[in-house]
Amino acid sequence: MITHPFTYRAPSTIEEAVAALGRSRDAKVIAGGHSLLPLMKLGLAQPDALVDLRRIASLRDIRAEADGTIVVGALATHRSIAEDRTIVSKLAALAEAAAAVGDPLVRARGTIGGSLAHADPAADEPAPVLAFDALIRAIGSKGKRDIRAGEYFKAAFETALAPDEIVAEIRFPAQTGRTGSAYVKFAHPASRFAVVGVAATVTLKGDGTVERAAIGVTGAADAPFRAAQAEKAITGTKGDAKAIAAAAAKAAEGITTLSDLVASSDYRRHLVTVYARRALERATQRAQG
Amino acid sequence: MGQAITVTINGAKQTKDVEPTQLLVELLRDTLGLTGTHVGCDTSQCGACTVLVDGRATKSCTILAVQTDGAEVVTVEGLAKNGELHPVQRAFASEHALQCGFCTPGLLITAVDFLARNPTPTDSEIRHAIEGNLCRCTGYHNIVNAVRSAAEMMTTTAQPKVAAGVKR
Amino acid sequence: MTAATTTTYIGARVPRKEDPRLITGDGLFTDDVTLPGMVYVSLVRSPHAHARIRRIDTTAATEEPGVVAVLTGKELEATGALPVFITVPSMNGSKHMPITTDKARYAGDAVAAVVAESRDAAKRAADAVTVDYEPLPVVVDATKALEPGAPIVHEEMKSNLVFTYPVKGGDVDKAFRDADVKVKLRLVNQRLIPNAMEPRAAVAKFEAGELTLWSTTQIPHFVQLIVALNLGLSQNKVRVIAPEVGGGFGSKLQVYAEELIVGHLAKTLGRPVKWTEERREGYLATIHGRDHVSDVELAAKRDGTILGLRVRTVANMGAYLQAFAPGIPTILHVFVVPGAYRIPAFDYEMRGAYTNTTPVDAYRGAGRPESAYVIERAIDRLADEIGMDPAEVRRRNFIPADAFPFNTISGLTYDSGDYAPALERALAMADYKGFEKRRAEAKARGNYRGIGISSYVEICGLAPSKANSALGVGWGGYESARIRVHPTGAVQVFTGTSPHGQSHETSWAQIAADALGITPNDIEVRHGDTFESPGMGVGTFGSRSLAVGGIEVHKAAEKVREKVIQIGAHLLEASPDDMVVEGGKVFVKGVPDKAKNFGDISMAAYLANNLPEGMEPGLEATVYYDPPNFTFPFGTHIAEVEIDGETGAVELVNYSACDDCGRQINPMIVEGQLHGGITQGIGQALYEAAIYDDNGQLLSGSMMEYHVPTAENVPAFKLDHTMTLTTTNPLGVKGIGEAGTIGSTPAVANAVIDALSPLGIKHLDMPFTPEKVWRAIETAGGEGRR
Repeated sequence: MITHPFTYRAPSTIEEAVAALGRSRDAKVIAGGHSLLPLMKLGLAQPDALVDLRRIASLRDIRAEADGTIVVGALATHRSIAEDRTIVSKLAALAEAAAAVGDPLVRARGTIGGSLAHADPAADEPAPVLAFDALIRAIGSKGKRDIRAGEYFKAAFETALAPDEIVAEIRFPAQTGRTGSAYVKFAHPASRFAVVGVAATVTLKGDGTVERAAIGVTGAADAPFRAAQAEKAITGTKGDAKAIAAAAAKAAEGITTLSDLVASSDYRRHLVTVYARRALERATQRAQG
Repeated sequence: MGQAITVTINGAKQTKDVEPTQLLVELLRDTLGLTGTHVGCDTSQCGACTVLVDGRATKSCTILAVQTDGAEVVTVEGLAKNGELHPVQRAFASEHALQCGFCTPGLLITAVDFLARNPTPTDSEIRHAIEGNLCRCTGYHNIVNAVRSAAEMMTTTAQPKVAAGVKR
Repeated sequence: MTAATTTTYIGARVPRKEDPRLITGDGLFTDDVTLPGMVYVSLVRSPHAHARIRRIDTTAATEEPGVVAVLTGKELEATGALPVFITVPSMNGSKHMPITTDKARYAGDAVAAVVAESRDAAKRAADAVTVDYEPLPVVVDATKALEPGAPIVHEEMKSNLVFTYPVKGGDVDKAFRDADVKVKLRLVNQRLIPNAMEPRAAVAKFEAGELTLWSTTQIPHFVQLIVALNLGLSQNKVRVIAPEVGGGFGSKLQVYAEELIVGHLAKTLGRPVKWTEERREGYLATIHGRDHVSDVELAAKRDGTILGLRVRTVANMGAYLQAFAPGIPTILHVFVVPGAYRIPAFDYEMRGAYTNTTPVDAYRGAGRPESAYVIERAIDRLADEIGMDPAEVRRRNFIPADAFPFNTISGLTYDSGDYAPALERALAMADYKGFEKRRAEAKARGNYRGIGISSYVEICGLAPSKANSALGVGWGGYESARIRVHPTGAVQVFTGTSPHGQSHETSWAQIAADALGITPNDIEVRHGDTFESPGMGVGTFGSRSLAVGGIEVHKAAEKVREKVIQIGAHLLEASPDDMVVEGGKVFVKGVPDKAKNFGDISMAAYLANNLPEGMEPGLEATVYYDPPNFTFPFGTHIAEVEIDGETGAVELVNYSACDDCGRQINPMIVEGQLHGGITQGIGQALYEAAIYDDNGQLLSGSMMEYHVPTAENVPAFKLDHTMTLTTTNPLGVKGIGEAGTIGSTPAVANAVIDALSPLGIKHLDMPFTPEKVWRAIETAGGEGRR
């Protein structure tokens, strides 16, 4: 039951949607609605207008561009991302994160754009978005701009988006060379959100040493983050079990971890290291082919 | 202020005036009297309200009625065709996959969507597929059996295993 | 009886008669009832766990669009107080008004009611009611509530002590003096939230002096009785209907505030009234279960023989006593704590305490899961202490099969039992012998693997009525049934039991079918409507329906059968002793052609022009039956878990159970009851806990925080059974509704502790959440970590 009244419109272009956003004092964009509607039912969000993107069909597409960039439309559902062949083969961590969102019913409607715009600190997809260094393409009244993932997530439910900007697509740069990725998650048993979720990408040189690694962590802190110390520690190593364990142990360095009924701050910190190790192991194995 | 929407529900196209605040489940239950779809929670956890929206199993408590303008909605009342039960319905009965029956409509719909995409599932895939539907009565054991049995029926068009009143 | 009843359908996997409507959306649940002119109620609930109500301002709420009435507790005093049906000795009962007037005693205590033209309007208006509260000190923990200086929940009582309930047998002091081994445990049996999938609801209409109340209840007859008494209506003018009820598990075994409120409002407003609970509201306003803290001491010999058991428990009763609450930690708990074992000395003292929390009452198993947890954990501690296989400790202490009927040290008489075969079968199913290899394999993976046994005994079917009365139970132990055969031969069974998932329509039809020589499809079973009932029904709870209500159906069917035989013999000019009732016919033994159809007999009964001399016309029977004793089902459950050595996450990898509920009417239904019960018990062991902060705020306040197990949390179950008939009733049936929940929790707990025992861990409290287990591993030195 939603008791707070609002107006609703579903424009057919993103420009109209941006314009509609500007017309209300407290308008919200709705995509799959699986972040927003639960909050509205609880009275925790009380927008006066909803702008529904569902008629903007182009935002649903998942496509590869000529340079290998994979573009995921904001309205792509978690389910369509998890099942997309290109994503499964090229961006395994993203496919695994999308497959780990909520439950099958949530995945059937919830969208990546909605998840990123809502920026729940325990959402899954921010982890691979960070690990793949994706760009979030936003469209607003001043036109379009690309926001680097590392600069996008500001705090819990806070992003770099301006109030009149809409997430249009997420652009994942081409993965080159011997690259593997993985997402692993310790889920909240009831809500299915990530208590800790870690996405790792690992690129190996010809001799098998780690050329580059990126680790995106969600659920653990006020905002998803890159585990920079761990990334540094693994780079240049052989990517063996010992090196991975040593690197993973640094995954929560400098981070203030959250505490709740399911996991205290200490335990979350521990989980970050365990799941960073598991993600790195799997990503490295995949890079090794 | 109401908005007119046109939505096909269980095969019948209808135009309804809905409030933006109205959830799909409220349209179904309160306006259309399709009370087979149930509300079991208020946080999108339980899945009792699951219906098909354009073929996708959807928690009807987490979609606005206005968002279904132009869509095709199937509820538990629309699963049987021409008086013939859907194989998933038959399997739920033959495998004793329901007790109180409150969560059942949501589980039936979830299973229909799932089997359309995965006609030959393993038990662990079935368990994963029904993770968004809570049942407090059955412990899921017989629901898994029923979904497997329905899958077999749908791929081999076999009949349910148990005939009426057969002695053990 | 002139001819023995055959068992064609009893024992068969007859498909459920309930299913066709439930799989098509045709089932009518309470919230599905919508009536012209209906108004909706929303309750204003206290956000404070303990606060004096200084003033309630309803002005703004009254001005909200669509509002019909805004009522405070004073204006609703005509609803009368909520009932408590059990009185135990020394009990300090609480006065419990549907809407509190003086102070809120728990977060969720209702302080005002809003009636409006729509649900949304009612909710909006409820938000607009302003209450001036004076917050008071809060007590959440039952043990603290009994300490001097604790905040007093009901000031007129000067103390939070609800009762002290001692049960003793044998010489416990001597047992402890003589013991080679003593083990001690503090056990927390945490508070649970029942979570029936259907939220509660109540709908009332008042027309022509008659009140009809649809309610999500397990006990429509009790609701009818209390509504009539409280609202000043003649009982014949109150019709309570429990339509489809979407699970109960004890949470709908109440007369709730909302039932009285909608009844009162329908009567005074002259419009139909509906109230439907929201799930988060239900977490506060629907009863909780369990919540015991027990200090357990077991005295034994070095060879494993138990000498004595001493237990001291405090039960958290919540802010008010609910309908059955006083009987749960006492009658349904204490007496069965000795379980399946011959224990020569027993000393139990149970104390109940009021706290500023949601009231606690029956939740699936209701006292008996707590009993099994006490004894089964204690046995495992003993086994660990003396270095003996827990299975062997159980074997050595089992009440032997030849000792039944067995008088327990707590004063019960167990009807029948044969505990060892159930244990042995469960051990075989679980490949208990091969377990150490699996433990070693898990260790190689860095994980801890454990196996746990629970051999439970439970009590079903509180009876007879005189014994109930002696225990303080304010209702009879009987049930009622009526069978009506219409002139055409159509058969209706009316039962006082009121199912909510237990499949009575099918099982009762099977029982009646065998007696009447017809098929279950020929029989309609009707329930849950006080205007259609045989008379006073008691209801469905405590695994009593079959052992009490099913027997009534059997007895009523036997009465009808007897009349069928008499009429058949008369029409066929044969001796009643030679009649066979079978296949829809009555015929002369050995001469199947000399027959009358069942419909011919019923028509003859109503034409009444050719009946045996002196026979009354008609063909029906009503039976009230008071069983001579409880029944005591039993079984052994075995759980196997593997714990992630790094995270502490527990995975339940294997589950085997061998249960004995006497004769099974429908094995398919028995298995279904077990699956669900086991899963709820697993939920307690691994996931579920109602958690309050010190201010009495429920932190696990929604399904986002409180985890109801999903399909991925449980394995496929391996089930087997033994069949030891009860001597308490003619069908030999016991009860199975709660057995799964009773057996499973200690099995999982013992498995988890077994897994951790190589680290020297002796006990952890439930639920075994990953962090709790991880911390235990860390503290113990965590040798399994990489």
